[in-house]
Amino acid sequence: MPDQIEPITPREISVNDVPFAQVEQNGPKGFFDQLKGFWVTFATMFKKVNTVQYPEVKEPTAERFHGRHQLNRHEDGLEKCIGCELCAWACPADAILVEGDNNTEENRMSPGERYGKVYQINYLRCIFCGLCIEACPTRALTMTNEYELADETREKLIFEKSDLLAPLTQGMLMPPHPMYPGMDDSNYYRGEVKGSHPSQDVNK
Amino acid sequence: MTTMQEVEMISLVIDGFEVSVPKGTLVIRAAEKLGIQIPRFCDHPLLDPVGACRQCLVDIEINGRAFPKPQASCTIPVEPGMIVKTQLTSAVAEKAQRGVMELLLVNHPLDCPVCDKGGECPLQNQAMSNGQGETRFEGVKRTFQKPINISSQVLLDRERCVLCARCTRFSEQIASDPFITLNERGALQQVGIYENQPFESYFSGNAVQICPVGALTGASYRFRARPFDLVSTPSACEHCASGCDMRTDVRRGKTLRRLAGDDASVNEEWNCDKGRWAFKYVTALDRLTTPMVRNSDGVLVEASWPEALAVAAAGLSAHKSAVLVGGRATYEDAYGYSKFARIALGTNDIDFRARLSSDEEREFLAAHVVGSTTTYRDIDLADQVVLVAFEPEEESPIVFLRLNKAFRKRALKVKAIATKLSIGVEKLKGEFVKVAPGAEASALSSQTLTNKSLILVGERAAESAGLLSAVAALAQSSGAKIAWIPRRAGERGALEAGAIGNLLPGGRPVSDAAARVDIAAVWSTQSLPSENGKNSNEIIAAVHSGAIGALVVGGVDPLDNEASAQMLAALDKAFVVSLEIAPSAVTARANVILPVAAVTEKSGSFLNWEGRPRKFDAAVADTHNRSDLRILSMIADEMDRTISLATVTAAAKEIASLGRWDGAKSSLNKVSAATTPSLSPDQAIITSWRRLLDLGTLQAGEENLAATSRRTVAVISPKRADDLGIKDGDRLTISTQQGSVTLPALVEEIHDDAVWAPRNSRGSQLLSQLGVAHGAVVKVAKA
Ligand code: SF4
Ligand code: SF4
Ligand code: SF4
Ligand code: SF4
Ligand code: FES
Repeated sequence: MPDQIEPITPREISVNDVPFAQVEQNGPKGFFDQLKGFWVTFATMFKKVNTVQYPEVKEPTAERFHGRHQLNRHEDGLEKCIGCELCAWACPADAILVEGDNNTEENRMSPGERYGKVYQINYLRCIFCGLCIEACPTRALTMTNEYELADETREKLIFEKSDLLAPLTQGMLMPPHPMYPGMDDSNYYRGEVKGSHPSQDVNK
Repeated sequence: MTTMQEVEMISLVIDGFEVSVPKGTLVIRAAEKLGIQIPRFCDHPLLDPVGACRQCLVDIEINGRAFPKPQASCTIPVEPGMIVKTQLTSAVAEKAQRGVMELLLVNHPLDCPVCDKGGECPLQNQAMSNGQGETRFEGVKRTFQKPINISSQVLLDRERCVLCARCTRFSEQIASDPFITLNERGALQQVGIYENQPFESYFSGNAVQICPVGALTGASYRFRARPFDLVSTPSACEHCASGCDMRTDVRRGKTLRRLAGDDASVNEEWNCDKGRWAFKYVTALDRLTTPMVRNSDGVLVEASWPEALAVAAAGLSAHKSAVLVGGRATYEDAYGYSKFARIALGTNDIDFRARLSSDEEREFLAAHVVGSTTTYRDIDLADQVVLVAFEPEEESPIVFLRLNKAFRKRALKVKAIATKLSIGVEKLKGEFVKVAPGAEASALSSQTLTNKSLILVGERAAESAGLLSAVAALAQSSGAKIAWIPRRAGERGALEAGAIGNLLPGGRPVSDAAARVDIAAVWSTQSLPSENGKNSNEIIAAVHSGAIGALVVGGVDPLDNEASAQMLAALDKAFVVSLEIAPSAVTARANVILPVAAVTEKSGSFLNWEGRPRKFDAAVADTHNRSDLRILSMIADEMDRTISLATVTAAAKEIASLGRWDGAKSSLNKVSAATTPSLSPDQAIITSWRRLLDLGTLQAGEENLAATSRRTVAVISPKRADDLGIKDGDRLTISTQQGSVTLPALVEEIHDDAVWAPRNSRGSQLLSQLGVAHGAVVKVAKA
């Protein structure tokens, strides 16, 4: 309803009304003062160079640099994430989306009853504060040092669980598979599972 | 019970503030009145106090004499001169509460990350507000086997239980289903079920809702979401005419759970498991999304909206048409159908009763039900309640809870005129007046009631000729009140909206010229059809005789009818415009299918059996589905007979502006009861009702809920069992001309002439399998 919009009243003060104050402008310093300035520039040419020729050359980041997230695995390959959503809750930027689900005997992704079925981090929102890492009760979520997170579309910057999961290393089996025989979820959380057992290899 | 009793007020001081509350109030509630929150677990305003958790300890002093130790404020009623010091002003109370919390947490597992209650847990919250951050416990926590299914729908995690006894008290005091108890003592104390008897109560979901920790969880919501994911919308239940207030929690366009809302005058804080858990049908059913039109080859093909509307309008204009609308329509939608029939189709041939019905019932509704103001409060005040063709626990569970409350609190006398003694009536310790199916009317007539009594009549009364006449006569001679309690949520609304042949909206009789003028004025039309319309059976017959050529059908299941074969044939014959959410026997025969929004996708209201509006908003906002009302309005526009009801708000406004009819009601012509047939030894009279949990369409897609439904059995009396040589568990065959069902027999309290089976349960769909459901003679034999 345009007739309800109040007309903008002209500002009381216009720029021209502001009193003009003369600012004192000093002229160039003496010749030697100028030479001192140029000397700094000149001397720098012989110092060690700090810039690198990125992207041809890459320098390692600081050890604790906050980079892309990673969803870790237990030593036998089961996922550490239990789908608790605490990371999503902690996130000040609302960048994480998690949906949990039930582990079943046929489909076990993590020890215990619950696993993260959907896991997404939106890198258009993430500010790399690391609060999610602090919130994670199972150390499932950590940050890597990877910082190359640019892409052409917005969709590509929403990372799915498959993009975030840590790769399988020596001794790990691809879930779903059962827990290590004789161990339960608390053994896993205490780090007592050191690798997979042949009987867990049910996917072959 | 007088309503205007003087309440004695008592003044006391809590934390230095004076407050006066009615006598008998508990200290914890008096504190609430001042806005002082005392931590608690076991306390629940609708359950009797037990003082089980000890979290609510406060310091109390009466007339200068202090209790030596802190007391549980949830068990102590206020007294004059009492001085209470809560954790806010008393270090002793504060320390006591801290200590209790510490003890509670000693054996509590660190389950928060995987616990469904996390984020909305009274234990989490109160441990933060009234507990201490650090644990001093270094021992090993007690452990139990992780969740055990106490029913297919409810899981129990005993490690998390704080032994507050809310669940057991609910089951015993509110639902009268004492299937869970506290077993063992000390650290091993735990909630348990009896051997071989799962927690199969129709109300088990309430125990899940009131459990103050995550010890009881529902299988369908398990691990699904956290509170911050959910968008909650206040809503109303679409499953029955009790009219529960509910809350629907949606995550990204998908309903994840429903909780009982809090409405002290209707459902208090409870609901039934059907209302709580049967919501997946919206997504589970194979929903219709685009309009479809039958092409010249007789095949249904997808069509655009304008095209489908044009075909529908042309077909309806070309024939004499009628409307069949099911009892699930909202009040506003039913009003739309009612106005559409009168204005667009120019007929009174409309009937919302998509079930067994009679003309006697139609007259009864017009004479005694439309506009009636009997409410739940009347149950609270009645001196006696008579149940007629009505099984509250199965057909309107909240009415059952109210009856049960009145029974437990003041020994309300309940009398059931029925053929079979039901579990519900047994729980109410009701008097069972055993009659043969069809003989209810005479048994009812011999009852003596007072003007404080209440007659609760179910929709099944229409199946027994003369019964509704007897109800009306008894109410008249005794002064007792009548409440008609249909099963479906929309029936009362449809009645008030005039979606029936003998009434216009607001209870105006079609036969009354003044009433027609009233409506015609608001609808800005010259005149309205003045003949009473046909009922649903007559409409079907008229299709067969060729008098009616087109039908508008919304939310009707043709198999809910005794003459289902004729109904299906009529649908084949007529030009059918079907407004449906999912493919059905109607859409398969329709000429035009117009997809409509499900209840969660639109706003509107239902009128529950009391006639009380139960408003709701769209819980899932971003679907493109339109309400029935909007679609009817579009068809009417296309027919050039506009009904101008584009939105629910417009309909609600128009209904409000119409107001109620204050003229004379039409009267009920007395119908006399049929004589009971004589039976040969292998014959019986069938009777049945629908169970709360059965094969209803709106329960589709919820396996866990279906698994808690009661066992399908055929019930016969001990005498008949003897005659047939049948024991419990033997199989019994019930047969008619049309077909037969074979079910395990259960020998129970039932009239000797009768056999009972559930009307629409797995293995026993009487209307489609036998073609009869009540009062007909069937053959029974040992299978
Ligand atoms: S690093 Fe911070 S912003 Fe990024 S996902 Fe984690 S909590 Fe959110
Ligand atoms: S990553 Fe950690 S905090 Fe996030 S859902 Fe998984 S277990 Fe929970
Ligand atoms: S299961 Fe829940 S409601 Fe029942 S006693 Fe335990 S904590 Fe209380
Ligand atoms: S009692 Fe009726 S209204 Fe209430 S939740 Fe159950 S089905 Fe819905
Ligand atoms: S709330 Fe008072 S003892 Fe539990």
